[in-house]
Amino acid sequence: MITIENLSKTYNGVTVLDLEQIDIPKGQAFGLVGNNGAGKTTLFSSLLDLIQPTTGFVKNKEVIVSESEDWKSYTASFIDESFLIGYLTPEEYFYFIGDLRGQNKADVDQLLAGFEDFFNDEILGKRKYLRDLSKGNQKKVGIVATLIGNPEVIILDEPFANLDPTTQIRLKGIIRKMAADQDVTVLVSSHDLQHVTEVCERIVVLEKGKQVKDIMTSPATLKELEEYFSGHAAMAAIAEEE
Amino acid sequence: MIKQFLRLEWKAFFRSASFQTNLALKILMAFGALYFIAIFSIMGVVTFFILEDNNLPPLETVNQFMIYFIVLDLLIRYFFQKMPVVNIKPLLLMPFNKSKIVKFALGKTVLSFFNWMYAFFFVPFTVVLLVKGFDPVGVIAWHLGMVALIYLNNFINVFLNDETIAVVIAGLAFAVLGGLQYYGYYDFTVYTKPFFHGMYTQIWPALIPVLLVIGAAVYAFSYFKKRLYLDAGFAKKEAIATNENMEWLNRFGKLSTFLKNDIKLIMRNKRSKTTIFMSVLFLFYGLLFFGGAIEVYDGPFWRMFAAVFVTGGFLFSFGQFVPSWDSAYYPLMMTQNIRYKEYLRSKWWLVVMATVVSLILCIPYVFFGWETLAAIMVGAIFNMGINAHLVLLGGAFIKTPIDLTSGKKAFGDKSSFNVKTLLISIPKMFAPMALYAIGHFTLGPVFGFALVAIAGLIGFAFRDKVFDLIIKIYKKEKYKTLQAYKQNS
Repeated sequence: MITIENLSKTYNGVTVLDLEQIDIPKGQAFGLVGNNGAGKTTLFSSLLDLIQPTTGFVKNKEVIVSESEDWKSYTASFIDESFLIGYLTPEEYFYFIGDLRGQNKADVDQLLAGFEDFFNDEILGKRKYLRDLSKGNQKKVGIVATLIGNPEVIILDEPFANLDPTTQIRLKGIIRKMAADQDVTVLVSSHDLQHVTEVCERIVVLEKGKQVKDIMTSPATLKELEEYFSGHAAMAAIAEEE
Repeated sequence: MIKQFLRLEWKAFFRSASFQTNLALKILMAFGALYFIAIFSIMGVVTFFILEDNNLPPLETVNQFMIYFIVLDLLIRYFFQKMPVVNIKPLLLMPFNKSKIVKFALGKTVLSFFNWMYAFFFVPFTVVLLVKGFDPVGVIAWHLGMVALIYLNNFINVFLNDETIAVVIAGLAFAVLGGLQYYGYYDFTVYTKPFFHGMYTQIWPALIPVLLVIGAAVYAFSYFKKRLYLDAGFAKKEAIATNENMEWLNRFGKLSTFLKNDIKLIMRNKRSKTTIFMSVLFLFYGLLFFGGAIEVYDGPFWRMFAAVFVTGGFLFSFGQFVPSWDSAYYPLMMTQNIRYKEYLRSKWWLVVMATVVSLILCIPYVFFGWETLAAIMVGAIFNMGINAHLVLLGGAFIKTPIDLTSGKKAFGDKSSFNVKTLLISIPKMFAPMALYAIGHFTLGPVFGFALVAIAGLIGFAFRDKVFDLIIKIYKKEKYKTLQAYKQNS
């Protein structure tokens, strides 16, 4: 579904992303982990053609994202608050996205009905604009909006951050459901190793822009990741002592 | 400490993504400033002699009309002088004195061009008075009093945030008083002149503005110091939201999605609401021209200038900043299934509809003769056919993000219409003026109107061509624009 070829991004001589090749087949739930500065958001931004890669390209279902805009009709994403329109109410925002994705009000309402639990009665019918919602609630709106119009690719950057524990658990359920659907390819990045291993079939670890691990998730994956990252911490401690 | 603030300001200016457009505009503005400096300097020297030649007592005459100058100055400041915007949030947590932050912000206004530009008039004028043998003590007292009054305006303006209605009413009141005086019904300067002239003759009245300005400065200082909390003076007020479906717009088909959104954008945000207000204000601008209030504007082609202005208020103040209005959620717009053409067309329709509404509201101008109405009509056609495209084209180059809520900044950036907008707008007025003048002076006014109208109609035909050009710019500049808009969020 998604092919990343020779993708690199250099800012003022500093390479922040440098990937040889990653193939994400249709229907896969793909997890991306890495420390701050590993290049997760840069990678997602290039998948969405929000930044211009220095070399290489991204193909989304045979469409090179920087050359054609056709990928936009089947790709949905939520990266940060700049994907929300602050002066709309949540309902208006959902309908707006629905309009863009060819869904009428009834379609959107039907979809939203399935998220009553997730919204915890804090989103719909509250007579508040999105800009006045808390960060966590804004995130819920953004995530649910990506599900409107049956997209084939869903990209979520740090979906678990800023959410309360209950919502995190519910969100895991939602992502797992999406992952089970063999027509939907889900890409998720996170700092939370446990969450990612629970919802993703495959996990790629980035470090300083390079791919250092590519694991198909198994019961041993969490341990492997924890060892990798704590090894990191240990090495950092040694490096500091020297 | 002040040095640190200055360094921050310096970096904010040079490191902003819109720096290059900013610089070009700054240069343009510098020329504008030079122009005013030249005019003021010349006036400062010659005013005395002109009045004397006309057998008018120079200083007394100047003092008679001084009240208009003071009021006009305040109006100009309200609309054009930028408030000292200091991003206080990061500064609050630093080990600064709060007074330092406030002093710096207010200090910035004190150094504003709007204050010292008048020196180019008052200094030469005062020198002439001294040379001509006026009482030196009195002249200096008068001069200091005037400086204090100008600075008093500066501080009044700091407090006049979002008091547009009051300011406009005050302005209109003085316009009426001026009219009454001009036509000889009632002269209220009789009451104000003694004060201004008293600063020269009796000296002590000059103390009044000096004391007032000190008071105002102290008050402004404590006022802002007290409100230097994120949740006090600058607290976000949560509006009660309503869902609006605007079904009546559905007839526009695919465009309706964007039209609905744009109307909500305008109605629900502080910054964008001022565009509506500006368009209403522009409607009245024609009175100055058509009413013959200002003699300079009596030339026939000035009619065209005014016509473009009165129907183009919204066009200029809103169109100029497409797509910056959507800067806060530009990444969303860039990843959703949006055709640029539909997006642009929606903005275009909005501008055109606003122009039509302005045109309808302008019908009463027929009072000044059919030619006036004809001018306004062809002006509107020109606006819709040509200027609507030009502003959208210009907007494609403006990469300044717009903070719609503008609640984060200390003093609030109150006006979306500033000197820059005006400067970009000027060329759009001169083309129709020139066209009309060509027609007017060859075959007569009707031919002039026809030329402008034809130009406008031809413009319609090129609409899609221009849209394609704008889209090309949007695409080419996409990454840079995204980067620039990020600065705000």
